[in-house]
Amino acid sequence: MTRQRATVYNSAPAAPPVSNGRPGFSMKVLVPVKRVVDFNVKVRVKADGSGVDTANVKMSMNPFDEIAVEEAVRLKEKGVATEIVAVSCGVAACQETLRTALAIGADRAVLVESAAELQPLAVAKLLKAVAAKEAPQLVLMGKQAIDDDANQTGQMLAALLDWPQATFASKIDLADGRATVKREIDGGLETVSMPLPAVITVDLRLNEPRYATLPNIMKAKKKPLETMTPAALGVDVTPRLATLKVAEPAKRKGGGKVADAKELVAKLRNEAKVI
Amino acid sequence: MSTLVVAEHDKAALKGATLNTVAAAQKIGGEVHVLVAGQDAGGIARSAAQIAGVAKVLHAEGPQFAAPTAESLAALVVPLAAAYSHILLPASGFGKDVAPRIAALLDVAQISDIIAVESADTFVRPIYAGNALATVQSKDARKVITVRATGFDAAETSGGSASVESVASPAADERVKVLGQELTKSDRPELTSARIVVSGGRGLQNGANFKMLEALADKLHAAIGASRAAVDAGYVPNDYQVGQTGKIVAPDLYIAIGISGAIQHLAGMKDSKVIVAINKDPEAPIFQVADYGLVGDLFEIVPQLTAALDA
Repeated sequence: MTRQRATVYNSAPAAPPVSNGRPGFSMKVLVPVKRVVDFNVKVRVKADGSGVDTANVKMSMNPFDEIAVEEAVRLKEKGVATEIVAVSCGVAACQETLRTALAIGADRAVLVESAAELQPLAVAKLLKAVAAKEAPQLVLMGKQAIDDDANQTGQMLAALLDWPQATFASKIDLADGRATVKREIDGGLETVSMPLPAVITVDLRLNEPRYATLPNIMKAKKKPLETMTPAALGVDVTPRLATLKVAEPAKRKGGGKVADAKELVAKLRNEAKVI
Repeated sequence: MSTLVVAEHDKAALKGATLNTVAAAQKIGGEVHVLVAGQDAGGIARSAAQIAGVAKVLHAEGPQFAAPTAESLAALVVPLAAAYSHILLPASGFGKDVAPRIAALLDVAQISDIIAVESADTFVRPIYAGNALATVQSKDARKVITVRATGFDAAETSGGSASVESVASPAADERVKVLGQELTKSDRPELTSARIVVSGGRGLQNGANFKMLEALADKLHAAIGASRAAVDAGYVPNDYQVGQTGKIVAPDLYIAIGISGAIQHLAGMKDSKVIVAINKDPEAPIFQVADYGLVGDLFEIVPQLTAALDA
C-alpha cells in the first residue's frame, strides 16, 4: 500500500509583503487583543464578593478586538498594510487568543506575560513599550473590553505615544500617510482626518469578522509568537484602583403579563402611573 | 479637595448629562468648578454659572473648540488639573473619548461610568455589561472619572451664581481635523434623558416599519431607541442604539418592541423604572425583566396600543 504524503505546513518564510507598487513601502499595524469571558456567558458574582466567577468559564477574544484584527487583515489584503503584529498582555493562556489572531491573518504575535491584575493604564504603558520596539504606523484595537467595560486603553496609549486618536471607528480609509475615520458619536457620525502614526479604536459596525478556517488555524501554530515580561519592558504594572468588593445589581422583578393593549394602557395609567 | 467638571454642550446649550455630572461632583464634596470650552460660548458659560452648587466657571474660547477633539481638550485640561483633586466628565461618547487621554497624561487611573460615590476616593461602577457592580478605590492623588448620568439626579439649572473666569486656550492641536458631522435631526426628546423611550429591535423587520413606532412615540412624547440588531441591519442610525456599548437609558417607561432582550441590550435599559415588552416569542429573555409583557404580533399590537392611548 502506498503511503499518502501528508501535507506539511512548514515554517517557510512568509511571502514577501505586497508592496502597493511602492518600493520600500512598509506599513506595520499593531493589534492589541484581550482574552475575556465569552460574550454569551452570563457571569455570576462570587458569594464572598471578591469578584466574578471565571473558573471553567468559556474565554474568547474580546469581540471588538476581533473586529480590529479583521480590519488589519483587510488592509493587508488591499495592499495597504504589509505586516500585522498581534499583542496581548496577561496570563500564558492569552497565547490561545494570539493564535486566533494569527489564524484570522496576523503575521506575528507578542505575549507580554503577567499573572498580575493589569488595569488599562498599565496595559497602555506595556503597549507603548511594545510599540517602541515594533514601530507600527497604526495601532488598531477594540474600543472597549466587555469584561471591565472601561473603554480607556486605546485613548491612554495614544496619549502616552503623543499620537492622534480616533475612537469608535465605523469606517477607516488610509491613504498618503493619513487616516480618514468615520466615528460613531452620540448624535450620529463624525468624520476626522489625521496623520499616521495614530491609534484607532474600532466599533461594532466597522466590519463583520471572518471565521478562522481550519487550514489557517493549522498555519497559525507555526507563526512566530514571542513572549516577554513587564519587567523586561521596564513597566511598573502596579494597579492604581483597588476593587473593594463586587456585588450583584439589585434583581429586577419581571415576568408580569397583560392580555392586550387595552389592559396595558390601563395598567400603565393606573398602576404604574407612568402615563 | 475640589472638582473640575468638563462640560459637554452642543453650542446652543449645556447637555443634560453635564448636570448629572455636577451632581456627582457635589456628592464627592469640596468646591465644584465647571469648564466650558467652545467658540462664542459666553452664553453657555453664563448658564453653567447658574447651576446650583457651582462655585466657579472657567471659560476657554477658541475656534479649535468649535468641533472639539480629545487632543485639544486634553491640552486644555491637563495644565488646569493641578488645582483639582477630581476631574469629572459625563460618560457620553464625548467624555469617553477625552477622559482617558487626560488621565494618561496625568499618569493616573481613569474610573469609567461611575453610578455612585461612596467617598472622595471610592466609587461604584458596572462591569460585565452591568451584571456585576464593582466598588473601586483609587490610590491616585488626582481622580479622573466619567459619570453615568442615569446614576445621579441632575443638579438644578438655577440658583447658582458662580463667577465666570476666562482661561487661556493652548494652541490648537492641528493634527486632527474634523471634516464633518452627520447628525440625526429630530424633534423628539434626547434618548438618554427622555422620560419615555419606545425601542425597536429585529422584530420590526425593516426601517419602514419603524414609522409605526414613530406614531406611538409621538403619542407618548417619547424618544426612539433601538437594539444593536436593528442598527446593524440599517433600520435606524447608530445613535439610536441602546445597550452595553451604546446608550445607557433609565427612563420612567421603556417599551421594548420586537427586542429579544440579549444581555448586551439589557445592560443599556434594565434600570428603567417600568419596562414593557412586546414580542411574539414567549421565551424571549426580555420578558424576564418586563413589568408588563405582551406576547403577540407587534404589527397588530402597536397600532392597537397607539389607538388605546387616545381613549
